[in-house]
Amino acid sequence: MKKNTVIVSVSPHIMSEETVSHIMWTVSLSLFPAFVMAVYFFGPRALFVTALCIISSILSEYFVQKAMKKKITISDGSAFLTGLLLGLNLPASLWSLNPFTIHVPIIGSFVAIVITKQLFGGLGYNIFNPALIGRVFLMASWPRAMTIWNEPTAAFVAFDAKTTATPLGILKEEGIGRLIEVFGDKVNLYTQLLIGHRSGSIGETSIIALLIGAAFLLYKRYITWHIPASFLGTVAVLAWIFGGKGTCLFTGDPLLHLLSGGLILGAFFMATDYVTCPSVKTGQILFGIGCGALTMLIRLKGGYPEGVMFAILLMNCFTPLIDRTIRSKVFGAIKVKTK
Amino acid sequence: MGLLTFKGGIHPPDRKELTKDKPIAEARPPRTVAIPLSQHIGAPCKPVVTIGQDVKKGEMIGEPGGFVSAAVHSSVSGKVIATGEFPNVMGRMVPSIVIENDGKEEWTILKDNPDYANLSSDELKEKIKAAGIVGLGGAAFPTIVKLSPPKEKPIDTVIINGAECEPYLTVDYRLMLEKPHEIIEGLKVLMKVFGINKGFVGIENNKPEAIKAMGKATRERQDVEIVIHALEVKYPQGAEKMLIKAITGREVPARGLPMDVGVVVQNVSTTFAIYEAVRYGKPLIDRVITVTGEGVRESKNLLIKIGTLISQLIEECGGLQDSTGKIIAGGPMMGFALSSLDMPVTKGTSGILVLPEDKVIHTEEFGPCIRCGRCIDVCPMGLMPSMLSIYSEKGFYEGSKEYNLWDCFECGSCAYICPSKRPIVQFIRLAKSLTKP
Repeated sequence: MKKNTVIVSVSPHIMSEETVSHIMWTVSLSLFPAFVMAVYFFGPRALFVTALCIISSILSEYFVQKAMKKKITISDGSAFLTGLLLGLNLPASLWSLNPFTIHVPIIGSFVAIVITKQLFGGLGYNIFNPALIGRVFLMASWPRAMTIWNEPTAAFVAFDAKTTATPLGILKEEGIGRLIEVFGDKVNLYTQLLIGHRSGSIGETSIIALLIGAAFLLYKRYITWHIPASFLGTVAVLAWIFGGKGTCLFTGDPLLHLLSGGLILGAFFMATDYVTCPSVKTGQILFGIGCGALTMLIRLKGGYPEGVMFAILLMNCFTPLIDRTIRSKVFGAIKVKTK
Repeated sequence: MGLLTFKGGIHPPDRKELTKDKPIAEARPPRTVAIPLSQHIGAPCKPVVTIGQDVKKGEMIGEPGGFVSAAVHSSVSGKVIATGEFPNVMGRMVPSIVIENDGKEEWTILKDNPDYANLSSDELKEKIKAAGIVGLGGAAFPTIVKLSPPKEKPIDTVIINGAECEPYLTVDYRLMLEKPHEIIEGLKVLMKVFGINKGFVGIENNKPEAIKAMGKATRERQDVEIVIHALEVKYPQGAEKMLIKAITGREVPARGLPMDVGVVVQNVSTTFAIYEAVRYGKPLIDRVITVTGEGVRESKNLLIKIGTLISQLIEECGGLQDSTGKIIAGGPMMGFALSSLDMPVTKGTSGILVLPEDKVIHTEEFGPCIRCGRCIDVCPMGLMPSMLSIYSEKGFYEGSKEYNLWDCFECGSCAYICPSKRPIVQFIRLAKSLTKP
């Protein structure tokens, strides 16, 4: 022996190679296809807004941890992922509005990291999804800038880009007929929605790209089917029952609702955030159903065209309650109760 | 038929290739042995020898201190040279008897029983008790207690545990290859004790040779019904409750014992010891252990005398590699890290594992729980280790009982899988040490 010491610790003495930072970086990687499609459709502006969010998130994390005299953990990738998710949830037009609104993503990142995450105790202790709180804060503070949606254009600075409503916005204000008219026909509507050639937040539009990332995460078992399936399933069923014209039940178009808005991004990448969703599978299904129901309530009856963000945040509130109520099934527990 | 298993569990690399093809070899006779009087769960033994006394191999040196206790016997012939408190592998000081080996290997008188098959249940139990047999899988629970269930809990199933799900260890595997007939005979003795005629052997599917050998030995015995079950390779498949669930589908009630569902489980090594005790009257004075790990020069399966110092076994295996990180008594999942090599191997020690420094994971810099739920998915007991660790970390030890603290048997699956490298088992032990069940 080189030195005359051995290490003594409690079992187990071997551990898996999985680490938190590996998980964070892998989830970030899974968003790459959606990000590439966003840059393709919205041009460099998408890149700038997202990069701005990522950089300001990491810097926020660094300085707040420095100020609170905590260990600096920016390399674990969680601040990067929060920044990336926030960026993908913002409109690309933030880069090129007049007057300039590039401070908006920076403030959003600050709110996400400092207020939502670190002030609640840092990684693992936040109640709400940081990126979504960042976005809600921006929606409340700059409602106009946050809802100017450009038509997809790859122009570098698009001061003159035509603004247009999102598909859900058109659906809400003018109805399904007008939406089909805008896209030509129904088939084209679905195709464009799948590929992502439509106005909307940077990372939410390309359903195909998002599904590739989601499939990768499911394959790697970083997420499980429980939340996405129950979330999407509830949305589909409620859209079918209540999404039709007037009071006609069971005439809605579930596919339209599944493909539009931030649903896919939310269901696979935001609602499944480990920290803010229940940890027991049964609880996760309940959580997903709640998300789906609230999303459809807002989409069909609320003032906003899209409800995914609020639905997830509202269900985040219920996570501690769900975790307390719905526990894992203890081995051999049933027989004890019958005694 | 699909492989039998339980819900949860993990798949650590099994590393059994280091020793699985090495036949059991007898270790060099030790110069001295230090035999603890408390090698089992339950009351310590009362010494029945004094310093200076000559003892023979197999002679009883400590008599059981109660019902839940097991006699200890000298593993060598020689002279008692010291008695007193010596450290055991768990780091506790226990009264022990030190015997100098005279090298003559003189046995005390043993009672041979060629027709043991005709002995009654009580006679068989008496022999098992006299041999001081305890569970050799690690817990070292006195076997006689397991074989004496109260009348209201009839036993209808005996299972031999050949899962050996701890990585690195190949004790039971080698025994099943080399002594299959003896193990089947041991199982028959157990079936006789309970007066039942159906027995099971559960073996993880990564040991096809063992399944074959045991199957062959079984087919040569047509008089009883013994079923060999292949089990899914998954840790902790060899935990009693998990094994019972996999093979019989019965769930041992929380905090209950296998006898509550009419089952008795014995591990392969124990069953072999039972056979030797009943057939030859041989007390439990030796056992097979695996000395292994990347930190030892030559890994071996050794038949050792109880009380042999670990330092001597390491020496026999070529010594330690240059960068030793951890020395573990038992397997990597539930074994005890040792602070010294000057400790004796006891009945419950199934292996000595040496991990080099670069394989040791330092858990002092663990991160916060990110609530990913992996520990909940793998916990074989269906607990929420994440909550247990958070409660214990924050000092809410009583609160952790709400999350079934005392149902945890510390298999370590949660700490293995945790991406934050949280020492969950340590937190759980801390909470257990400061609360009452």
